[in-house]
Amino acid sequence: MELGLAILIGIFFTVSIYLMLSKQLVRMLLGVAILGNAVNLSIFTNGRLTREVPPVIPADLYLPAEMTANPLPQALVLTAIVISFSFFAFLLVLAFRAYQELGTDDVNEMRVAEPENDPLPPQGY
Amino acid sequence: MAGSYPSPEVDFSAAWNLTPVSAGDWLVVAPTVITMIGGAVCLMARKNTNAQPKLGLIFLTLLVLANGGLLLRVLDKGVITMVMGSWLPPFGIAFTVDTLGATMSLIASVVALCAGMYGASSVGSTGRRYGFYPFLLLLMTGVCGAFLTGDIFNLYVWFEVLLISSYGLLVLGNDRPQLDGAVKYGILNLIGTNLFLIGTGLLYGILGTLNMADIAMKISQLDAPAHGTLATVAALYLLAFAMKAAAFPVNFWLPASYHTPNVVVSAVFAGLLTKVGVYALLRIFVMIMPASREYMADLIAVVAIATMIVGALGAIAQSEVRRALGYLVIAGIGSMLAGLAIGTPLAISGAIFYAVHSIIVMTALYMVAGVMQQMGGSYDLRKLGGLYAASPAFAAIFLILAFAVSGLPPFSGFWPKVMLVESAIVTGRTWVAVAILVGGFLTTIAMGRIWIYAFWRGGPEGTADGTAVALPATSKLLTPAAVWVPICILTALVIYFGIQPEGMFTLSAYGSIGNVDPSGYLNSVFGGAQ
Repeated sequence: MELGLAILIGIFFTVSIYLMLSKQLVRMLLGVAILGNAVNLSIFTNGRLTREVPPVIPADLYLPAEMTANPLPQALVLTAIVISFSFFAFLLVLAFRAYQELGTDDVNEMRVAEPENDPLPPQGY
Repeated sequence: MAGSYPSPEVDFSAAWNLTPVSAGDWLVVAPTVITMIGGAVCLMARKNTNAQPKLGLIFLTLLVLANGGLLLRVLDKGVITMVMGSWLPPFGIAFTVDTLGATMSLIASVVALCAGMYGASSVGSTGRRYGFYPFLLLLMTGVCGAFLTGDIFNLYVWFEVLLISSYGLLVLGNDRPQLDGAVKYGILNLIGTNLFLIGTGLLYGILGTLNMADIAMKISQLDAPAHGTLATVAALYLLAFAMKAAAFPVNFWLPASYHTPNVVVSAVFAGLLTKVGVYALLRIFVMIMPASREYMADLIAVVAIATMIVGALGAIAQSEVRRALGYLVIAGIGSMLAGLAIGTPLAISGAIFYAVHSIIVMTALYMVAGVMQQMGGSYDLRKLGGLYAASPAFAAIFLILAFAVSGLPPFSGFWPKVMLVESAIVTGRTWVAVAILVGGFLTTIAMGRIWIYAFWRGGPEGTADGTAVALPATSKLLTPAAVWVPICILTALVIYFGIQPEGMFTLSAYGSIGNVDPSGYLNSVFGGAQ
């Protein structure tokens, strides 16, 4: 089970890095989204995988009778999902605004902040 | 229905720290709470643009007071820990404040207060309506939270809080260059935090804990604390925080974005954001993973030297004042990383001192750049000139800051460089000492260029020698106080730390020793459990 997930996470990382190396902003954002999912899956796997045992404690006991799933990675993943989703939403809007204003989604052509043919700095006094 | 169950005698002390938190210890969470409430209040009043600066300044002043009180308390009582929900460590999210965290948090809040004042004049009513003050306060929530937390996943959360607020500040105004810069800043920083999160996930997989003190203890008990999966974790952390701190070769988002927003936003970013990355590097590699730091010391030293030199050379090559300053931020990061690479207590305290100095001086320089633009009508060195004739007092302030950022005595940049150079020579890394001095020399040249072009010569490019061009906006210079007061406060701090460095020596030495030998930190976290 861990092995299967590890391979899946590896595929996610590969795909996301491939997409993030692209020049197109939309592809990069898709890459970032997949990267977030890869990270979440890896946290989940790092918390160890167990069989699905409901965390129900019988009335006469203080602890579950069998080992239940580790809740902490689930809490971490939940936090990370919310954060990465909101960032993804923000970046999508930002990319769309940038596309509207700059007329391109090719990052090589986004040279407004750092103009390409900037004249040389002054050389004499 | 509760009555239908028997209520067994439960020993709460097995899970909870039952000692009530003393009143003074609530200061530990005060900085985050004050800024969060302040952000919410400012957001509710966002349409009342006249009240925004007043509200913002009230909460920022409270923040400075809270951080000041916290630092005094830490100096008095040692490291303070407060665990959310009173769970016994390592369960529950701990806020653990030591001298390093409290000092950084205090200086950051002073700088934020100055930026709040400056913003009262430089951020117009549109910027206020779209949330300059709420974003600034929430940015401070993230910054202070990152400095004060004792939980590594919580550190990630604070990083995201400060990141999303910084996005808001960065695009405030919606200009084309801003959108361009924000795309690069946004994506690269998000990738950086994701790398941090991967490392944290792996670390949790190895050690099964997220509490920094617990991690530090468990790592020190491992057989080979620098190898195996831990080496991967350390490399991921180094890359992630180097991206945050804008170290070479992952520094390119900084000069692409820092000059685009309103100049006060640039000032806050230049002062605070990269230093949070440096703080995280210090905390993780000095306190938590010292063996990994030793293992990677040469790598960090090479990165540090490249960062210093690239930053200083980049600053020389720019003709836009803010872009040149952006490169100088990077050059300063190189010096702090050099301290991390050397790793002796003296070097670490040099890095801490340098971080404090850099927070103050970079913010002040961006504010000064804003005034230069007001006076000369441009940020372009080709179009600036004659500022010395227009206002010798302002020129003197610029010169003080220029000396400080270059590391020349008698200002605040001098002492941390002395500490770094001395520790480099003592540990036999003379090449690091040489690089620090060369970096300082190149920075002097970069600042000297700005001085000569913008201040010393008579007018913009093409003005004949010996003649001077009268500046159009000269009469408006000495107003408003919102511009001059913060610049003067920061410059006064630069002079004070230069002439009276003992206080900072003590603080940075405590901060450094507390991380090199974290027994005080560990005792504070686990003291209640034993």
